[in-house]
Amino acid sequence: MSNIPADLKYASTHEWVRDEGDGTFTIGITEHAQDLLGDMVFVELPDVGDKVETGDDIAVAESVKAASDIYAPISGEVVAVNEELEDSPETVNNDPFGDGWLFKIKAEDSSELQNLLDADAYEATLDED
Amino acid sequence: MGSKTPLYDAHVKAGAKMVDFHGWDMPLNYGSQIEEHHAVRRDCGVFDVSHMTIVDVDGPQAQAFLRYLLANDVAKLKTEGKAQYTSMLNENGGVIDDLIVYHFSDTSYRMVVNSATRDRDLAWIEKNAADFDVTTNERDDMGMLALQGPNAAEKIQQVISADQYAEIDGMKPFVGKQVGDFFIATTGYTGEKGYEIVVPADQLESLWDQLLKAKVAPCGLGARDTLRLEAGMNLYGQDMDEKITPLEANMGWSVAFEPADRDFIGRKALETLKQQGHHKLVGLVMEAKGVLRHGQKVTIEGGEGIITSGTFSPTLGFSVAMARVPATVGDTAEVEMRKKQVPVKVVKPGFVRNGQSVL
Repeated sequence: MSNIPADLKYASTHEWVRDEGDGTFTIGITEHAQDLLGDMVFVELPDVGDKVETGDDIAVAESVKAASDIYAPISGEVVAVNEELEDSPETVNNDPFGDGWLFKIKAEDSSELQNLLDADAYEATLDED
Repeated sequence: MGSKTPLYDAHVKAGAKMVDFHGWDMPLNYGSQIEEHHAVRRDCGVFDVSHMTIVDVDGPQAQAFLRYLLANDVAKLKTEGKAQYTSMLNENGGVIDDLIVYHFSDTSYRMVVNSATRDRDLAWIEKNAADFDVTTNERDDMGMLALQGPNAAEKIQQVISADQYAEIDGMKPFVGKQVGDFFIATTGYTGEKGYEIVVPADQLESLWDQLLKAKVAPCGLGARDTLRLEAGMNLYGQDMDEKITPLEANMGWSVAFEPADRDFIGRKALETLKQQGHHKLVGLVMEAKGVLRHGQKVTIEGGEGIITSGTFSPTLGFSVAMARVPATVGDTAEVEMRKKQVPVKVVKPGFVRNGQSVL
C-alpha cells in the first residue's frame, strides 16, 4: 500500500494539501497518483498571481503514459510554484510529498479545507479502485 | 490471471510492476522506465520476450509455403541463419502480423510472431499450410530474452563460454545461430546492437539471473515501447493491423513484388492499391513542451491523418510520433492537442539509432 501521510488533507482526484499555518497551503499529487502515471516528463504549472476556484484544472502532470489534469483543491490565489520541476519533473516521482510539491495557494476561505478527505478517507477511496 | 512466462517470479523479485499485456502478466517497469530506456541506449538492458510465439516450419515444401504465406520473399535468404523482416497478409493486403523469419535451409525455417495475435496467427498458418508438404511446430518449450545495448557483446561474454562466444563473434546484424542449447540472433526491437536469445524454458531463469549479476538492467514493456518508437519500428495493433496494408505502415520495403510471378497472399490487393495511391506513415517531431499521443488528429498538406504511436523520447528530450497521413506532405503539420493546434515537424519515421539522434 502506498504511503499516505496522516498530517495532510486529500482530494479524491489525488492531490494532497498541507496547511502551512499562515493561510497558505502547499499542494502536490499523492504517491499513489505518481505511481499510476509513471515517469513524469513535463509538469505545467499555473502562474503566480492566478486566481483559482476549487475544481479548476490549473496544472498538468504529463508522464510517459498520459497527461493528467491537476485540480485546485481549494479556492484562492497561487502564491508560489515549484520551478525546480521545470528541469527535474522526476522529483514528483521520487518525492511526491516533499520536494515534488507543485504550487502554493493562499486560501480565500480556509474552512474549505473541511471538504477535503483525511488520510483514512483518502485511503478508502483507493481501496474502491 | 493471465499467462505467465517462466520468469514471472523473477520479475516480481526484481521489483517489477506487472501489467496485463494481451493476456500475459508482463513487467511494465522495475521502477523507472526512463532509466531502463537510458540503460539500453548507453549500456545494456535485458527484456523477457518469452510471450512471443516461435513457430518452426519444416518439410520439403517449407520454402514454397513461406513464399506464398509471407509478403517478403524467403528465397532471398541464402545463408544459414539469415533473418528477414516480413509480414503475413490477408487477401485484402491487411497485416495479420509482422514477424521475423530465420532461414536454416530451404526445408527448415523459424518464425517469431507477436503474442497479441498468437491464436489468429497459428490458425492462419495451419489453414494455409494444409496445401503444402510441411509441418509447423509451436515451440512453447522455449523462452526468449532480448539483450540490447552498446555493451551487449561484452555482457553476453560473461554468461556464455569463450568457445560459445567464438561462434557468434563478429556475426553480422540479422543473423541467428544455434550455440549449444541457445539460439542466438543479432536482432532486436530497440535500434541498438544486441541479441535475441531463444532458450529452453527451464534454463531461462538461470540465464536471466546471470545477466542481472553481470549488471545488465532488467527492462520492461514501457522502455521497450519508447525504444522501438525512437527507432521507428512499428507496434502491431497500433501502427498497423488487419485493416492496414504494409504500404500504409512504412513496411513497403519488406514486401517483395519481384519476382513478378511469385504469388503471395495479398499481392493483388497491394498491386491495386499501389496504382491507386495510398496513405503513408511519417514521423512527427515536436520540440515544444507536451507529448504527442496515439489517436491525436494531424492536419497535413494532403489532408487529415492520425497519430498511431506517440511518446516522449527520453533520448532526445522531446516528443516524437508516427502518424498515418495522406501521401502529400510538407515539412510541417499541425496536431490537435488538448483542443489546440500545435505545429510539428514532419520527418521520416525513425528518430534514434545506436544511441544517436538521426534527425
